[in-house]
Amino acid sequence: MIKRFVLYIGNPDNAGTLKKLSYIALVLVFISDFLVHREHAIYFWDKIPGWGAFYGFFSCVVIILVSKFLGHQGGIMHDEDYYDD
Amino acid sequence: MIDWFHPSIVFIAGSILIPFLRGKVRDAYLMMIPILGVATIFNMSPGTYWTYNFLGGSLTFGAVDKLSIVFGWVFTIASFISIVYALHVKESGQHVAAFLYVGGSLGVTFAGDFFTLFIFWELMAFSSAYLIFARREKEAIKAGYRYILVHIFGGVCLLGGVMLHYMKTKSTAVGPLVQDGSLSFYLILIGVMLNAAVPPLHAWLTDAYPEGTVTGSVFMSAFTTKTAVYVLVRVFPGTDLLMYLGTIMALYGVVYAVLENDCRRLLAYHIISQVGYMVAGVGIGSDMSLNGSVSHAFAHILYKGLLFMGAGAVIQMTGKRKLTELGGLYKTMPITLVLYMIGGFAISAFPLFSGFVTKSMVVAGAAHDHKPAIALLLTLASAGTFLHTGLKLPYYMFFGKDSGLKAKEPPLNMLIAMGIAAFLCIGIGVLPGPLYALLPYPVHFDPYTGDHVTSALGILLFTGLGFFMLLKKLDPEPTISVDTDWVYRKGSRLFMWFVNKPIVIYENYLAEIYNTWFSRLTLVLSNFFARIIDVRGIDGIVNGVAGFFISLAGTLRLSSTGLVRNYAFTMLIGGTAIIAYYLFAYLTRQ
Repeated sequence: MIKRFVLYIGNPDNAGTLKKLSYIALVLVFISDFLVHREHAIYFWDKIPGWGAFYGFFSCVVIILVSKFLGHQGGIMHDEDYYDD
Repeated sequence: MIDWFHPSIVFIAGSILIPFLRGKVRDAYLMMIPILGVATIFNMSPGTYWTYNFLGGSLTFGAVDKLSIVFGWVFTIASFISIVYALHVKESGQHVAAFLYVGGSLGVTFAGDFFTLFIFWELMAFSSAYLIFARREKEAIKAGYRYILVHIFGGVCLLGGVMLHYMKTKSTAVGPLVQDGSLSFYLILIGVMLNAAVPPLHAWLTDAYPEGTVTGSVFMSAFTTKTAVYVLVRVFPGTDLLMYLGTIMALYGVVYAVLENDCRRLLAYHIISQVGYMVAGVGIGSDMSLNGSVSHAFAHILYKGLLFMGAGAVIQMTGKRKLTELGGLYKTMPITLVLYMIGGFAISAFPLFSGFVTKSMVVAGAAHDHKPAIALLLTLASAGTFLHTGLKLPYYMFFGKDSGLKAKEPPLNMLIAMGIAAFLCIGIGVLPGPLYALLPYPVHFDPYTGDHVTSALGILLFTGLGFFMLLKKLDPEPTISVDTDWVYRKGSRLFMWFVNKPIVIYENYLAEIYNTWFSRLTLVLSNFFARIIDVRGIDGIVNGVAGFFISLAGTLRLSSTGLVRNYAFTMLIGGTAIIAYYLFAYLTRQ
């Protein structure tokens, strides 16, 4: 069963279906954030519905762009033989 | 009835027999030792045991409280899972080293004084180094030497700090240190921070862990850093510096993980990131955040072990370790993929997985302690965790472009070990109660509130959206990343160049000066001494003295003629002189 599930996900033919399912999941999660009680909120952003979705997307983009910038322009990334003699 | 038994003895003494056993007997024996270890933890109750007087101080091997017991639990459980994963390894040396390493870790956990702690601390460093050397490749040997040298440096800092602390306070008890900014405080802190892989003292970890054996790295991912986290919780709660360094750590690991191409090194950078949460929790120092650090260490050992096992299985079956060379393995290794993903969901803190109920406690600890920036940055780092461990690594390893590698599922023992770890990752996530009951402070925290679940899912799924939108940017590149190990890898070359070039030139120059001035001057001087002082002065004196004695002897020789009458005459003169003396004295007495 596990094998069939994994093969289904990996099969490029099903990419379209998976994409649609993913979008549905994103929308559901976004909407559900409007429906919950927020009595635990400490800071103002905790009270904004959809904050998690926004902050997650923002974090992802910032991490990728900043890291790649530091890697390429900041002199972190080098050829694999950098430490060889 | 024994009231307490040290679990390290189970592992250390138990390791002695391993080389003499073979086949099924050995496998059973290897699994029995960690089970006995778990049993000793199960029977433990708080108290102080096994205190001995030694050289005027006291050594305490069994300081047992809730904090040490919870670490005892996870260390023994992790040792069982890791040894099941390693059962197929024939070489006894690796098993012996692994058990000594576990024994060292438990010894630190139950040490009541700093000297006992230090002894087990060093045992850990040396036994774990063997797990790197055991891969026996040139890169591994080199990394192993760097690993051991860095740890010796850390150990010396720790020991120095302990000595100074003892001289000042006359106490070696392991407990919260006074934050007086003294040298001893910082030396102990540096020694422990090095093992916890706090930047800039972290590079040994990402240098060495990917170079270890497939099974050895699973052990290493669990013990060294988490033992250090235990000591931080015990000795440095509420140290502000750690809060900032922990947050930097959490982000640092994430940035480097974006750039990394070696799959186990990527995971190693995420150890740094995850330990960052624990270090930050220690720095915040509230009951909730300390509980968060401890529970996150517990969960982390299990899911990180699972992730290292998954990556190790791929390395073992394909012989490849770089993401640029892997891909498309979902067809042939589906079970490995699913088990790995459970670890991935756990580290990413998906609801119903272990990370969700532990990591959120640290973040909530920061929020409750009025540290909004810390809370936001830690949340940002958790998006990065899912991005790499849950998305990038499995995507490029199991999906992505097909590498055409013909791989199979790993041996059954490896799958079983991963299965146990996966079961615990889900079990803790679904039922956090038993873990919360083990924590050192009472828990007033419910992770499963509606807003927490939806906002966590929002963060994770929209991170996923960002991942697929920027997928092209994330393609792994065949590079390595320069980290602070540059200081002793390239920096040492700079030092050698400095030794070879400027110092040698300077040395030649000095030698020239020495030749010109000292040698020549000495020659001139010695010439003067040889020709003038020696010939005229010393020789003259010696000759003069000798001449005097020769003439004296000649005179004396004349007196000793050998004729009896001469002697008799001399005696007569002498006798007369003596009598004359007394007579004279008598006459002049009045």
